[in-house]
Amino acid sequence: MAEIKCVELCKSYQQGDAVVKALDHVTLNIEQGSFVCLSGPSGSGKTTLLNMVGGLDELDSGEISIDGQRVDLLGKGPLADLRLHHIGFVFQAYNLIPVLTARENVEFVMQVQGVPTAERREKSMAILREVGLEGMENRRPAQLSGGQQQRVAVARAIVSQPKLVLADEPTANLDSVSAKHLMELFRELNEHHGVTFMISTHDERVMRYAGRLIKMQDGRVIDDVKQVPE
Amino acid sequence: MAATNRLPAGPMARMAWRNLWRNHRRTLIMLLAITVGVWAMIFMTALMRGMVDQMIEDGIDALPGFVQIHHPDFRDDPSVENSLAPPGPGLLEALQSPEVAGWASRVRVPAMISSERDSRGVTLLGVDPAGELALGFNPESIVEGRFLESPDDSGLVIGRKLLERLETDLGKRIVIMGQDTENEIADRGFRIVGVYKGKLAALEENYVYAGRSTVQTLLKMNGQVSEIAVTGRNYRDPGPLLDVVSDAAPKDADVRPWTELDSYLGLMLGVMDGFVLVWVVVIFLALSFGLVNTLMMAVFERIREFGLMQALGMKPSAIRYQVLLESLMLLLLGLLAGNLLAVASIIPIRDGIDLSAVAQGMEMMGVSSILYPSLYFQDVVMANVVVIVLGILTSLLPAWRASQYRPVEAIAKT
Repeated sequence: MAEIKCVELCKSYQQGDAVVKALDHVTLNIEQGSFVCLSGPSGSGKTTLLNMVGGLDELDSGEISIDGQRVDLLGKGPLADLRLHHIGFVFQAYNLIPVLTARENVEFVMQVQGVPTAERREKSMAILREVGLEGMENRRPAQLSGGQQQRVAVARAIVSQPKLVLADEPTANLDSVSAKHLMELFRELNEHHGVTFMISTHDERVMRYAGRLIKMQDGRVIDDVKQVPE
Repeated sequence: MAATNRLPAGPMARMAWRNLWRNHRRTLIMLLAITVGVWAMIFMTALMRGMVDQMIEDGIDALPGFVQIHHPDFRDDPSVENSLAPPGPGLLEALQSPEVAGWASRVRVPAMISSERDSRGVTLLGVDPAGELALGFNPESIVEGRFLESPDDSGLVIGRKLLERLETDLGKRIVIMGQDTENEIADRGFRIVGVYKGKLAALEENYVYAGRSTVQTLLKMNGQVSEIAVTGRNYRDPGPLLDVVSDAAPKDADVRPWTELDSYLGLMLGVMDGFVLVWVVVIFLALSFGLVNTLMMAVFERIREFGLMQALGMKPSAIRYQVLLESLMLLLLGLLAGNLLAVASIIPIRDGIDLSAVAQGMEMMGVSSILYPSLYFQDVVMANVVVIVLGILTSLLPAWRASQYRPVEAIAKT
């Protein structure tokens, strides 16, 4: 479980001569075990916020802490440890390692964690079955469709049951049945294992699974509502 | 928590291997370059070593012996006056030690040789044939007639080239003239009983062999000799032999190893080791540009992947290991192929390459016209170590670059 506190987050990017405010004084408190959706138009700052929480990018100012640990103050090594052991990422583009098979991609994080082979194999096969990729475990990313690749990426993010999953448009390349199946899986992990989810999405169906919906625009939080998930 | 956040050895090696073959053509070209480079290092070094070894061995054959004992003034004035007594009991005992492979005492004096058509200055060697054979005289070098049979053999063995110069022939008589111990001109007729073939024409022209007792009598040397030549087991390290001989030699005698007797050859041996290292490093430097370029290209093509790995929790150091492992695999493959190719190229020419077309030039360098490659284990090790060590050092830059990308920027790369 992970409690996330964001205080006055600011991040700007230089785009040509213009300075774009990707995050503009964003303050959020996400309770542990939450299922949060970030919505908003492209460029509203959803992905930037996820990257900041995951320690993938540096803030201009502000503070982020996960379970009381200041993420913004961590060096490269401790940040890598945090991501390895506590955070699962699902990126907008599938971001699989092309030379590894589906199973090896799923096992990658566990290998780096030092999980024994037998346990790794069992967990990876189970999660691939769960995301509907049974029988495709030995295919490389180039031999999988976009949707299948996305499911491998999701499987990789959740296989070691991190405290926090940061997912950027996880259903963007999935058909409605697969998307529903995936969201049910997320919900199961959230409800039964207490995994905190922060999902950025445009997909209304995904938003319906969230207990909290945060709308962003121009780097600001413009709406933050709690709802009863479907 | 895993301290290094890197893949275990097996998966890391598997991933490195697959990454290596993502771009077959580039990897094969780089492999070819490393292979040819390593081949050039080993093969050319073997040829150079062979040439230098031959120069040294030929030089030692001309001495001959690894260590020589002389009268203290003999090197300045190699005349009959500067002679010494034959080995005494102490020295004879030392000459039986395991370090000694063979020895001979001989008379070596400047002399004039005359046929009915020509006269030339030569070095007259008064030898004990058994001792010369023990020292390494090759009986097969006698191309006509025979070698001397005893120290008091009255015949003369001369070189093939000298035979031509004197316009004489086997069985004919020639006159040897020298200065005896009373500073008188001593001369004597000898019959040519044998003609030898030297590795160098200069040897054939310069050295003539006669029986030691015959020469001692001619020059009134009263049993004295010009030098005692001792040969050992390893010409590259004459030190132990020198110690044995020096300890037993007369106190006032001049005892020197071949490296001092022919300082040019001695220097050559020392310089060669340094030269091999320079040669290997120079080839590697040429190779390293290709290696860095290949690895940099491989890194640039995979920026997104490196970002992803970091995002998933791999530490920058683990990314560096990953790139270095790929480089190591490439180097090891190239080394394997290069070593095999070098050995495969050397085996067919181990009996020598005939360079008689450029024999005169070779002879000016003191090398005979047949070049034998010398493959030294230490040279092979040096080439391999240089390629591995410098190859890894060269790969540090691309590996460091791969680990320096910020995950968010790297993942955004297309």
